[in-house]
Amino acid sequence: MNEMTMIDRDVTTGTLKISARKAQVYYGETHAIKDVDIDIEDKMVTAFIGPSGCGKSTFLRCLNRMNDTIDICRVEGQIQLDGQDIYDPKVDPVQLRARVGMVFQKPNPFPKSIFDNVAYGPRIHGLARNRADLDEIVEKSLRRAALWDEVKDRLQAPGTGLSGGQQQRLCIARAVATAPEVLLMDEPCSALDPIATAQVEELIDELRSNFSVVIVTHSMQQAARVSQRTAFFHLGNLVEFGETGDIFTNPSDPRTESYITGRIG
Amino acid sequence: MSDSTHDLPPGSGLPIAPRGDRPLLTELDPRTKKRYAAERRFKALGLTAVCIGVLCLVVLVSSVLRQGLPAFTQTFIDVPVYLDPATLDPDGNRDPEQMKSVLTFGYQPLIAAGLERALDDRGLGEQVTADEVAGLISRGAAAQMRDYVLANPEKLGETIDFNFVANGRVDGYLKGRVTMESAALDSQISPEQLQLVDKLRDAGLIEKKFNWAFITGPDASGNRPEAAGMGVAIIGSAYMMLVVLVLALPIGVAASIYLEEFAPQNRFTDIIEVNISNLAAVPSIVFGILGLAIFINWAGLPQSAPIVGGLVLTLMTLPTIIISTRASLKSVPPSIRDGALGLGASKMQAVFHHVLPLAAPGILTGTIIGLAQALGETAPLMLIGMVAFVRDFPDAPPAGLFEPASALPVQVYNWTQRSDPAFVERASGAIIVLLIFLVLMNTVAIILRRRFERRW
Repeated sequence: MNEMTMIDRDVTTGTLKISARKAQVYYGETHAIKDVDIDIEDKMVTAFIGPSGCGKSTFLRCLNRMNDTIDICRVEGQIQLDGQDIYDPKVDPVQLRARVGMVFQKPNPFPKSIFDNVAYGPRIHGLARNRADLDEIVEKSLRRAALWDEVKDRLQAPGTGLSGGQQQRLCIARAVATAPEVLLMDEPCSALDPIATAQVEELIDELRSNFSVVIVTHSMQQAARVSQRTAFFHLGNLVEFGETGDIFTNPSDPRTESYITGRIG
Repeated sequence: MSDSTHDLPPGSGLPIAPRGDRPLLTELDPRTKKRYAAERRFKALGLTAVCIGVLCLVVLVSSVLRQGLPAFTQTFIDVPVYLDPATLDPDGNRDPEQMKSVLTFGYQPLIAAGLERALDDRGLGEQVTADEVAGLISRGAAAQMRDYVLANPEKLGETIDFNFVANGRVDGYLKGRVTMESAALDSQISPEQLQLVDKLRDAGLIEKKFNWAFITGPDASGNRPEAAGMGVAIIGSAYMMLVVLVLALPIGVAASIYLEEFAPQNRFTDIIEVNISNLAAVPSIVFGILGLAIFINWAGLPQSAPIVGGLVLTLMTLPTIIISTRASLKSVPPSIRDGALGLGASKMQAVFHHVLPLAAPGILTGTIIGLAQALGETAPLMLIGMVAFVRDFPDAPPAGLFEPASALPVQVYNWTQRSDPAFVERASGAIIVLLIFLVLMNTVAIILRRRFERRW
């Protein structure tokens, strides 16, 4: 995983999954996200990078309306999933979130067994008709999250008893189990050690074959390693968006260049 | 080791940096000394406070135990009574309905005669009058005997061994409360009677036993302290706790969940929030006035009824439950909610599947502490008439909730108001029972918290 492999990777254009036009986010009086236009493609890893407080996490949370839980937060503009406006008053955020899953910065397994953690989504959405179905979904999800071999003998053990890296992969398995179309990841590796980070990154690359993945990261190396598209946010603006290789080797905006060379951040 | 600083550290050829005029590490400089002195003073202060507290607790508990434990034993006198058919069944047809015409006054002489005969048999009764003998036995004895006879009319004509409760003064004498000197000044008992008690004790007719009637029996009038029990008060308190639990827990938890998880943050909810906190500090007697005005005067519920007491205590307990429930809901990390919402759970599902189970130990603890608080509450109950003298046991709920009952703390208050010194012992005994209930409830709270506590 170095600069060379980045250029070799497959960047053929796919289909459009999420597109935002003139998206604005306000926290009370603060204008946190300004005029963001972005197109996120299917079966592709898109990375959001930028200095702390630039709004990349805020924008990520707009994509599955997690910002709805914050009272003072207000979203304007248009964000579409498969051509449908997700902020249409008729859209139910609960249904939306079943299609746009999310993995958080800090691993947050439920204080239940490993099995119940993964089975929770399928249960509430009625994805399994019977116990055998559910077992299958859980196994498939855990396999996909590269966790199955480590936990298959202790599915009834509490999810909170796993190590940090395992917990985060459990959270990924949990998100994958609801069969979403898009997976949002908010700095999924920031609480993990380098080995666990490498495992999760490998996983992200595999997940790409089934989902469109959007990942917020503080680590530019990570963005370079896992993503095909990169968006650079600065002070609430989307400064630059394009192929990851181009952003890192040939940034067009001076702010992007300053950030990736370490002068602002 | 004073010159250890001049030694070279092992394994290193480097010289040690010169110390200059800096003090040795082993010496305390004045500032450090001062800081330590302040720390020691603070520790001493804290320790003193804790010691004083523990001492007060020990004094309180030991004085309550010393005064109250005797209430759990009671003096009984064995009397073989001849059930004289001529007196008890003048019509001679053994019909309980007609035998009811003989009041307790008719039974009294039979008991006196029985006791006299028992004494005579042992050659003890030479100088004692029948009145004096009868004065040794509780005034309730005749009623006890009458109940027995009416229930078993076929026993007429036989001599039955009755085990009567002794008079409160006799009980006091055996417990050391009444002495020959105090009896000389007492119109209810004389030194001669006490001498007789000594003889009875030697004859084995008088004995102290564990007094179940004190726990299960109803209250008795002021001149029969020996028969007073707190059964009605315990049932009344239990009924009220039932009402409080059934009403306050669901209402309180539902209100907290709404306020904490669903309500928008605006001025209206702010006002509600502030007022709930203020309600927790309102003097309990105010709730009593409220209960009197609303539940009795306006809604027309009966006085002295556990339902009214329970409703008043519910109002009082709600703020406690709401505050503790909200605190425990707040302490559930938001990441759990995010996790559930991020999977497409509805807000309700997130709360009920994940937040509530994690908050449960805190909610239960708060509820039990609120209940314990309500159990010990006296003032509001006095205003709604629970201070009345109640002898009859209420029925089983729900009908029993509307019948007059007493409450444990009110019973304690009642007994301390009575003139007979035997009630001091009763009141302390009731306090012990109340304290046992409170300790039990708090233990349950701790066990529940331990059991349900889960880490996240």
